[in-house]
Amino acid sequence: MKRFLSIVGALIGVAAMWEGYKWFGQTTDGVWPGTSRELPVATDDLTMPHVGEIVGSLFEPVQRGRSETLAVFLLKSAWFTFREAAMGFVIGTLFGLGLAVIMLRTRVAERGLLPWINISQTIPLIALAPIIVTWGRSTFLSDTQAVALIAAYLTFFPVAVNGLKGLQSPNPADVELMQSYAAPWSQTLWKVRLPASRPYLFPAFRVAATASVVGAIVGEISSGVRGGLGRVILEFASRYSTGPERLYASVLAAALLGLVVFGLVAIAETVLLKRSGEEARA
Amino acid sequence: MPESSTQPAIQLKGISKIFNAGTDKEVRALEAIDLDIQPGQFISLIGPSGCGKSTLLRVIGDLIESTAGETKVFGKPAHQARLDRDYGMAFQKAGLFGWRTVAANIELPLELMGWDKTARKAKSAEMLDLVKLSDFGKHRPWQLSGGMQQRVAIARALSFSPQLLLMDEPFGALDEMTREHMQLELLRIHRETGTTVVFVTHSIPEAAFLSDRVVVLSPRPGRVHSVIEVDYGPGDRSDETRQMPEFFKKTTEVREALRAVEVAAGETL
Repeated sequence: MKRFLSIVGALIGVAAMWEGYKWFGQTTDGVWPGTSRELPVATDDLTMPHVGEIVGSLFEPVQRGRSETLAVFLLKSAWFTFREAAMGFVIGTLFGLGLAVIMLRTRVAERGLLPWINISQTIPLIALAPIIVTWGRSTFLSDTQAVALIAAYLTFFPVAVNGLKGLQSPNPADVELMQSYAAPWSQTLWKVRLPASRPYLFPAFRVAATASVVGAIVGEISSGVRGGLGRVILEFASRYSTGPERLYASVLAAALLGLVVFGLVAIAETVLLKRSGEEARA
Repeated sequence: MPESSTQPAIQLKGISKIFNAGTDKEVRALEAIDLDIQPGQFISLIGPSGCGKSTLLRVIGDLIESTAGETKVFGKPAHQARLDRDYGMAFQKAGLFGWRTVAANIELPLELMGWDKTARKAKSAEMLDLVKLSDFGKHRPWQLSGGMQQRVAIARALSFSPQLLLMDEPFGALDEMTREHMQLELLRIHRETGTTVVFVTHSIPEAAFLSDRVVVLSPRPGRVHSVIEVDYGPGDRSDETRQMPEFFKKTTEVREALRAVEVAAGETL
């Protein structure tokens, strides 16, 4: 509840700064008082629509002649993007964990794979996204599945890197103990290494969750997939001059989706920790 | 007497261990160790740091392989004994898992051995009773004091009734009072279960108080310098034992052996 209130507070703060700056710019005619130097961002209604207008646009029809409001339209688009992001999150997390286990299992794999995993994140997603979509079309993947893969491309990284660190975190005595019980490798993984890696994995999951939303939106934009927030942002950007508040509203929706996804992972984390009785310490 | 039994619990013949053999970081940790340990005995391994006592314990437990020699545990190769889960192990750090309750920690080896839940529950309750922590089964390890944690670790090591208990400075991190209390507890458990114990320590009074035999090791390479038999007569050892002249005699004997070892090591260095 406290967290929720602080989020609301922050939103109100941003809105107040937005309006304050706009008011300041309009009283000084867009220049610093007493000089002829222009303000960094123009404050006219086209560049910076009023917060009230942005919020108000949510309740207007999304298009002339359609009864659906912008808010409902954005919600539907966000749901579409959420599903892609969630699919990407699951794929990326499983892939990342798999990589972490493989790297844990063999030193050679760790040395061979880790540099590539790092390099993978230096490739701009914008460049990679159309390639994945094109490959997807030539195989069995639908465009939304391709977008999910793009999201997974961003999510697997923190999970693989932190996961490996977490799996390696038990001290040698703990591993020796399992050895003394003649426990097979898989049992040591399951009963010692995985539980021990939770403090490393949960932060990675949170990063991965927000990254999956970014990945999905970028994926939609660069592949032209219809139905999600990416496409909506693209379209409202191209019709900016006739309704700037709509672009702002859709960007806001994307930010909120990121927050929601982050919150879901945080809730899952709390539930899991509570179930294992560790919340008292956390 | 244990000597009359047919087979030693542990037989070490010509055990040597060389780490990083053939490199400039080569360490001769153990050399030509011969040692027989009878079932039901309490044996301490003592020696200056770096004498290989922990290494020897790990060789017995098949956690590392000796470079040469033969290790038999209950007549079997050490490797087979480990696969047969013939021994329980306790380390200096209790090594309990924070994501498990105290009871679940004790049940860990039983889980690995495929015991069903009811049997596990009954056993962990019994073990908690043995280490006098019956009220703490549902606690988390980190809610317990260091001494209590160590008792849980011992309960875990004994939960599947191994005939052999390997302990690597299990009380090393405890304060003196807790330590003496734990020593009494360990002797009581040893009596009640009849388990053979191999106990690594660097505390002279600890070795003298607990053991039937104290094995003094010399360093670099680790060799058996001497074996000191300890017998305080009939009756259980207690806090009074620590006041007996015989106890002081034994601690002196162990101390002198350790001094001789260090002088000899100093000459070779």
